[in-house]
Amino acid sequence: MKILVCISNVPDTTTKVKFIDSNTKLDETGIQWVINPWDELSLTRALELKDDTSNGIQSVTVAHVGGAGSEPTIRKALAIGADNAIRINAEPGDAYFVAAQLSEAIKSEPFDIVFCGIESSDHNGSTVGGMLAEFLGWPSISAVSSVQLKDGQAVINREIDGGKETVTVPTPFVAIVQKGIAKEPRIAAMRGIMMARSKPIKVIEPNSVEPLTELVGYELPQPRAACKFVDPDNAKQLIDLLKNEAKVI
Amino acid sequence: MSILVYTENWDGKFKKTSFELVSYATKLAEILNTTATVLSIGQVDPVELEKLGKYGAKKVINATNENFKILDNQVYTNAIAEVADKEGAEVIILSNNNTGKALAPRLSVKLKAGIGSGVSKLPISTKPFIVYKKAYSGNAFATIQIKSEKKILTLAQNSFEPIATSSAIDIENLSLQIDGSVIKTKVLEVKKQTGKVLLTDAEVVVSGGRGMKSPDNWSPLVEFAELLGAATACSRPVSDEGWRPNEEHTGQTGKIIAPNLYIAIGISGATQHLAGISSSKYIVAINTDKDAPIFEAANYGIVGDALKVLPELISAVKEIKS
Repeated sequence: MKILVCISNVPDTTTKVKFIDSNTKLDETGIQWVINPWDELSLTRALELKDDTSNGIQSVTVAHVGGAGSEPTIRKALAIGADNAIRINAEPGDAYFVAAQLSEAIKSEPFDIVFCGIESSDHNGSTVGGMLAEFLGWPSISAVSSVQLKDGQAVINREIDGGKETVTVPTPFVAIVQKGIAKEPRIAAMRGIMMARSKPIKVIEPNSVEPLTELVGYELPQPRAACKFVDPDNAKQLIDLLKNEAKVI
Repeated sequence: MSILVYTENWDGKFKKTSFELVSYATKLAEILNTTATVLSIGQVDPVELEKLGKYGAKKVINATNENFKILDNQVYTNAIAEVADKEGAEVIILSNNNTGKALAPRLSVKLKAGIGSGVSKLPISTKPFIVYKKAYSGNAFATIQIKSEKKILTLAQNSFEPIATSSAIDIENLSLQIDGSVIKTKVLEVKKQTGKVLLTDAEVVVSGGRGMKSPDNWSPLVEFAELLGAATACSRPVSDEGWRPNEEHTGQTGKIIAPNLYIAIGISGATQHLAGISSSKYIVAINTDKDAPIFEAANYGIVGDALKVLPELISAVKEIKS
């Protein structure tokens, strides 16, 4: 069995974002680029599944849609333990464009399990995984918090609105994962970093796909009014303010 | 051209989210000078369906089939797409909850409809069709143009107040033909969360961080939440340590929520935590460190020990309730 993990290249999650070009573009000055946190957890889980040889996982591949500038992030994924990588050489226009490109790459090479993070920390769309599954005509399991393999199919825990479910699904499928999928992201060791240099990154040229959406601009949130402090010895006053001033309780 | 809005039910009942969706769709229909049709899938009592009329729905399509018992993403997507085609829907609206996030992207590909996901208000303009949504995990907002003829919007929960109006409602029962062979997902076990307010539905959330010092100290926080009819939440370190379940983790990599009131107890307010709660209408912070970043995001604050302050707050709430 082969696993594919889709990765997105995002600003480090502690970044204080700023915009340039009349608020249409992220100011990339000083930004540290990282693997999208949920994708990093997916990769960790994929590698854990591969480590257990009884699962019979032959390889873990990462796929990314982006220009050559995102190769350091792909190398990080290889250093963490992915066997090889696919980069679709295009600016990620919108989620539809990205999912369409990924689906073409998957059709040309057989994978059994595809992992996608539930969202990317920059666009917060929660859309690529589901779109990809629909392009492929595969089942998608969303809000996944654990994946085990058993007798050639997956046993998955997913969150539903109002509870949790344990489901089974045969391969191939797309798992759209959230927190819980792996305890902590795996960290690259020195040996992994050395080995990553010689692991293959296959570069594919994109198919012609028209994005369905387009960014118009960004804005920063309005700053909140200064905090009103309540004396800890008179904590009851807080309840009074919440009831009579904010009117939220 | 019309609007189709999918309202999910929970064991045959609708929730506030459903009424938010219907109100939003009704308002958008007014702007677009068209009508909104509601689609309900699965077994729902007519009395419950009629409640949708109180929020402006004039027509409800009540689609039923044995195969809707399992939430199979492909079956549900196909059903919504079929009804959307039948109704000539140009805009399709779903909730941005787990189900909406599972179905909307599949629907997008099926109908070649661009998505505005997690929108929190009506479109900024309809020609061109421009929506306003969160970006960079709440550290910014983005305006996005949907260029495709058909459009899908997923509405962020608790972002659009239900508007009570009254309209005569027409319920159309629709029995859909479904190819059961596409169902690949089998449900082994369901664990429903009962008797508790769901974090994503909650109007008030009480959240604990490392300042609670130990998992054994949570009972006053839970009591405080119960008194307020609030959901309980926690910071990332607390869920990572296993003090509280993962599904309570609020922040960038956990739940992103927008309650009317978020009470952060013993949480310092890392950027990633603030990203998940910044859309809350009011934020209260209780922390021993007066320089903690949470106070920059808060409307009200108490510099003090959570474990000493909580009993005071509990008795104050009991007082106003009696």
